[in-house]
Amino acid sequence: MPELYNLTIAEAQGLLSKREVTSQELTRAVLKRIESVDNRVRAYVTVTAEAALADAAAADQRIAAGDAGPLTGIPWCVKDVLMTKGVRTTCSSRMLENFIPPYDAHVVERLKAAGAIAVGKSNMDEFAMGSSNENSAFFPTHNPWDLDRVPGGSSGGSAAATAAGECIFALGSDTGGSIRQPAALCGVVGLKPTYGRVSRYGLVAFASSLDQIGPFTRSVEDAALVFNAIAGQDKRDSTSAPLDVPDFTTALTGDIRGLRLAVPKEYLTDDLDPQARDAFMASVKVLEDLGAIVDFDLSLPSTPAALAVYYLIAPSEASANLARYDGVKYGFSPREGGTMWENMEQTRQFGFGDEVKRRIMIGTYALSAGYYDAYYLKAQQVRTLIRREFDAAFDKYDAIVTPVTPTAAFKIGEKTDDPISMYLNDVFTLPVNIAGLPGMSVPGGFATVDGKQLPLGLQIMAKPFDEATLLRIGHAYQQATDWHTRRPQM
Amino acid sequence: MALTREEVLHVARLARVGVTDADVEKFQQQLSTIIETFDVLRQIDTTDVPPTTHTLPLENVMGDDEPTDSLLPAEVLLNAPQQQEGYLRVRAVLEE
Repeated sequence: MPELYNLTIAEAQGLLSKREVTSQELTRAVLKRIESVDNRVRAYVTVTAEAALADAAAADQRIAAGDAGPLTGIPWCVKDVLMTKGVRTTCSSRMLENFIPPYDAHVVERLKAAGAIAVGKSNMDEFAMGSSNENSAFFPTHNPWDLDRVPGGSSGGSAAATAAGECIFALGSDTGGSIRQPAALCGVVGLKPTYGRVSRYGLVAFASSLDQIGPFTRSVEDAALVFNAIAGQDKRDSTSAPLDVPDFTTALTGDIRGLRLAVPKEYLTDDLDPQARDAFMASVKVLEDLGAIVDFDLSLPSTPAALAVYYLIAPSEASANLARYDGVKYGFSPREGGTMWENMEQTRQFGFGDEVKRRIMIGTYALSAGYYDAYYLKAQQVRTLIRREFDAAFDKYDAIVTPVTPTAAFKIGEKTDDPISMYLNDVFTLPVNIAGLPGMSVPGGFATVDGKQLPLGLQIMAKPFDEATLLRIGHAYQQATDWHTRRPQM
Repeated sequence: MALTREEVLHVARLARVGVTDADVEKFQQQLSTIIETFDVLRQIDTTDVPPTTHTLPLENVMGDDEPTDSLLPAEVLLNAPQQQEGYLRVRAVLEE
């Protein structure tokens, strides 16, 4: 049996319900793991050990009373972009370094009600802007597979914690790939639900037409369990969809015979590292062997424009969302003299890091007089074209499969001076957000770089609100592969 | 399209982000490189293509007009940098 901290939710739940282990033992094992490895991984900004142990004691009572659900007593990690009542929520920014939320995010409420045990808040790129966790104002997170490398971002802390045994599952947010890309680089499952599927109430806003919340887990089965708990309409988020939520575990049939899958040409470019290409092609072969019908002839011609569309729309929305950080209501504020405007400029000069400033300025530029039509409106029109191409594809295919990233994890510091090269990490994940689709990354092989084994991800996309198909394909793939069972040696 | 120094200063002012001379130089170069990548959009024909602001077809979402619990003043002010007598304290907006 693996160490307690490396169990899947399903395995841990089995032990809890048979009373072979208590939630307090499980939680202590995870907290001890954090103590022993997090000085190297740096996945957590805040660890809430005392509250976690109290919650675990309550969960054990619930289990004893026969009132337990699938997540009761399971330790999890909260990305520090989600509000946690009474627990510091920083967005890994100086701006919110001492911010204590007066309420819980919807997803946090849901998981509390399910009896899951929050053990801490994970490090991230500041305000979820970045692909490496190096934009954290506090410290970078390290990839558990090679501590000299990045875990990906922006939910890098959640991905690294899940990979390193510092939680059993985690939540993150995904605006352009911030769940799927770090999941791929850390060798865990990451699910970005359809836009509208999970309430964003209590998620610190980055780009409101793109942001979604989703789980990091060690198996697709676990992703279905967490997704069941967080999906569904919430009146406090008017963009949450008024749709019934099926039990997603019923999608885990293991059978994908006859499913029609497509690989778009535009995702097999020269930018794709040869090892990543080989791993991807091997994954496609596995799906074919399982009975899926794979077509390599799909073309999504607007794909090369996705990067530009994203880096206009996301910063434009961010520039409006982040206008709220004015040093008056909450957050960092320089208390020296000066006029109101001087004070506001100082608040934002010293409260925000460079990447956040870059994006606010790009967005402000794109929305400013004289540029709106050429940039922002044009990007929204091309967004329509990207969505239409996906809609047409999903008339013919049940799902699209692609690599998650062009390469495995890169070295810390390798791309920090070159924003464009950093942005290019997300070329394969951005279109899903632009089109509002669900997307999932599952562990899909390894690359050998400098003698180290580094994980790669297989991305699956489906039509809006068809997460069941993602989970069905991912689960069948995991019945035929063992990538997801490998753990980094620490 | 390269941004001028004046354009960077203008955008920084619109965004209310204070910048040093070194910042202006750095952002001028970086923002110009980013904006150049947007040129790819010009080659795409978008005649008669409506813009997408939102991928979910929801309109006029209404809530019931019922009183619900809200945060207490003390909770709202919990994180205020400066407060006075139950209010947020702000700097003078009007000058003499």
